[in-house]
Amino acid sequence: MSEMADEPGHPEGDPGVPPRDRDVIRRARIDESCRGPVMFFILTAVVWLLVGTVLAIVASVKMHSPEFLANLEPLTFGRVRPAHLNTVIYGWSSLAGIGVLLWLQARLCRAPLRFHRLLYGVGVLWNLAVAAGTIALLTTHFNSVEWLEFPVWTAATLGVGFLGVMVVSLDVFRRRTKHHIFVSQWYLFGAVFWFPILYVLANMMIHLGMASGIAQATANWWFAHNVLGIWFTPIGLAAAYYFIPKVLGRPIHSYYLSLLGFWTLALFYNWAGTHHLIGGPLPVWLTTVGTVASMMMFIPVVTVAINHHMTMVGHFQKLKYSPTLRFIVFGAMSYTLVSVQGSLMALRTVNETTHFTHYTVAHAHLGMYAFFTMAMFGSIYYLVPRLLGREWPSATLIRVHFWCTATGIFLYFSGLSWGGWRQGEMMNHDTVDFQAIVDYLIPFLWSRSFAGILMTVGHVAFAILLWKMWRGKEPTGEPALFPAKGAPKREEDSLHDRPPESKREESS
Amino acid sequence: MNRTAVLLAGVLLTVASSFVGLVVIPDWQLDPLAPVQAPDGTMQPQKPTGSVAEGRAIYSELGCIYCHSQQVRPREFGADQARGWGDRQTHPVDHIYDAPPLLGTMRTGPDLANIGARQPSRSWHHLHLFDPETTSPGSIMPPYRFLYDPVSRDGAGPPETALDLPGEFDDPDYWWVPTDRAEALVDYLLSLDHSYPIDDEL
Ligand code: HEC
Ligand code: HEM
Ligand code: HEM
Repeated sequence: MSEMADEPGHPEGDPGVPPRDRDVIRRARIDESCRGPVMFFILTAVVWLLVGTVLAIVASVKMHSPEFLANLEPLTFGRVRPAHLNTVIYGWSSLAGIGVLLWLQARLCRAPLRFHRLLYGVGVLWNLAVAAGTIALLTTHFNSVEWLEFPVWTAATLGVGFLGVMVVSLDVFRRRTKHHIFVSQWYLFGAVFWFPILYVLANMMIHLGMASGIAQATANWWFAHNVLGIWFTPIGLAAAYYFIPKVLGRPIHSYYLSLLGFWTLALFYNWAGTHHLIGGPLPVWLTTVGTVASMMMFIPVVTVAINHHMTMVGHFQKLKYSPTLRFIVFGAMSYTLVSVQGSLMALRTVNETTHFTHYTVAHAHLGMYAFFTMAMFGSIYYLVPRLLGREWPSATLIRVHFWCTATGIFLYFSGLSWGGWRQGEMMNHDTVDFQAIVDYLIPFLWSRSFAGILMTVGHVAFAILLWKMWRGKEPTGEPALFPAKGAPKREEDSLHDRPPESKREESS
Repeated sequence: MNRTAVLLAGVLLTVASSFVGLVVIPDWQLDPLAPVQAPDGTMQPQKPTGSVAEGRAIYSELGCIYCHSQQVRPREFGADQARGWGDRQTHPVDHIYDAPPLLGTMRTGPDLANIGARQPSRSWHHLHLFDPETTSPGSIMPPYRFLYDPVSRDGAGPPETALDLPGEFDDPDYWWVPTDRAEALVDYLLSLDHSYPIDDEL
């Protein structure tokens, strides 16, 4: 029984209302409580996605055509490139991640979000901080510490702002109306603690000089690896664990596998960061620890893959009509791929070739784009209609979005993986002249720019869709599913479905 | 203990232990490192000061690190040493004064850990920064012309520091003169020389 349901005179508490309708009303109230703040996070995230995309294209073109916009210092490659990374990481990925995290947590806790003003405050603060930080990267001095380039005052603002997210999500967690904690909730619960701890400690060690010399480099990669592994990854996985069963209307394959997957991830991801420094100037034991932890990562990755696959088995035809499922499953499969690839890249023999090359950049986009970004797209397709009470205005635009981003990232990844691997091989043969390597790479760098333009088209289609949703006044009625044989009238995950996760889970 | 407490404890312990293991312990293990005496009697590495320190900041804010590493890998690992990028693996001692160390993770361009020893010519670096094509045809390194000031050719001869641009790159209207930032950046590049021996194995 929910808290609200006990309110006198409330329909949920009214014994005359059938339980199923009570569920619908309860969910509608939770969505209502998320509408303002969650939409704020998502809409501003997409603005940053567009800004980050423009910066990405500029950086990409500069790599094969260095004279492009060469005479303005703010647009030099070495400034645009960190501006790309920081806008897509702290702007797009983190803001979208926070929006999805809050909504998922409220839904799973079956309790409405509170403290709206605090959330708006945090949202405004983050946006201002990311904007100021990005302008600083383009125009003033910054320390090129990868992933932590933002000035200290920007970092401090982001860190303090995040406390608001923590308060709100823990508040809703405390008020959860079911004793049982779903898999997705563990990941989300972990993520809201992990991000601020990582971010604040890393900034202190590096920018406030609390560590010195090489220890700053290990702090750097402890952070940069963990921010992927225990901030973005848990949110992406929580979304996959929620939406796959939800859209299919069937339980997650195994509760115990989920449990194993969560704890091994928490244990091993944390220790893997030094695989970014293989061959570098640090005591060998440190990189060995990183390699071993990376190998152990096979355990959570394989358990998650089995769990998701077994849930999907026999239901792949649903990919034909559900946009949410299409993006989420694309993301979940990419997660397995990027992690298996990552574990192999952490082997000394493989890293010897790939470390300093575009192969790493391809892996980076397989992770942050094909996995995380696609998972966020899928989540947004599900939750925005529920928050706004309208359906997506155009299945064609959704299709453009999916196919441009999917083929774009495929091209991006395959081009740079191939080129990057050869780059590494040539670099390891001292008989190959350095300039020959540069020449060899140029066509691959062009292929990335081309892929980037495709992805940009997809992002613009997505932004138009969101804009129409946001501005739309009337409910549009019919849901935007891809017409296919056997498509239901409504996406299975309509307001009238069952609770998201398994019977098996609930009985545990 | 209830479930939430177990979850919270697990979440905090996993991250705290890795912080201690991967950051605090290395910091403590490497803290006693001190400069070594080079064969010429100087203590190495030297703390960057004056224009070298300024140049280092400029290297950082122009993002050279996104294309250049500053770390030589062990002899049997890759071809770093065979390419002449250094005679020994980079050691933590080389970075005791670096806050932060500019190790880099990308080699779109060559490693620069010992560029001062490999390319000691000031004028080469200026020409290369002004337009990499002048010295390295086909280079995809960005030109840093904004670090140089144009001086009209109306007056007398070239200013003392004007770049001596080769044939096709010569500008008929202007002399190009390094700004203070360009001079500091080159000072920093010339200071990058870790060729002093270190016995200690990693
Ligand atoms: C887009 C990538 C890129 C950026 C950014 C970049 N470089 Fe380069 N750099 C290269 C490439 C490629 C080469 C090899 C071809 C050449 O000599 O120009 C190179 C070569 C060099 C060399 C000569 C190395 C040798 O062994 O001869 C120096 C010195 C150098 N860069 C310094 C810098 C400095 C200083 C900066 C920052 C102001 C910088 N580079 C930024 C790509 C880059
Ligand atoms: C088992 C899981 C994984 C392992 C073991 C792993 C391992 C690695 C390794 C070895 C590198 C190369 C470091 C180098 O040589 O410079 C790397 C880079 C990277 N990985 Fe992964 N990876 C994993 C999963 C992921 C996931 C899920 C994501 C995204 C969410 C991701 C994103 C990245 C990024 C962005 C980089 C580039 C970092 C940089 O240089 O800036 N990885 N990873
Ligand atoms: C339009 C599509 C995109 C293009 C063309 C693009 C292009 C680029 C380029 C040129 C770089 C610099 C690589 C280098 O230094 O050699 C880069 C780095 C990076 N980008 Fe993107 N990007 C795109 C979208 C994204 C998105 C949406 C994300 C994240 C959500 C992302 C995350 C990253 C990361 C993490 C890096 C650092 C990689 C590393 O250090 O190895 N990119 N990208």
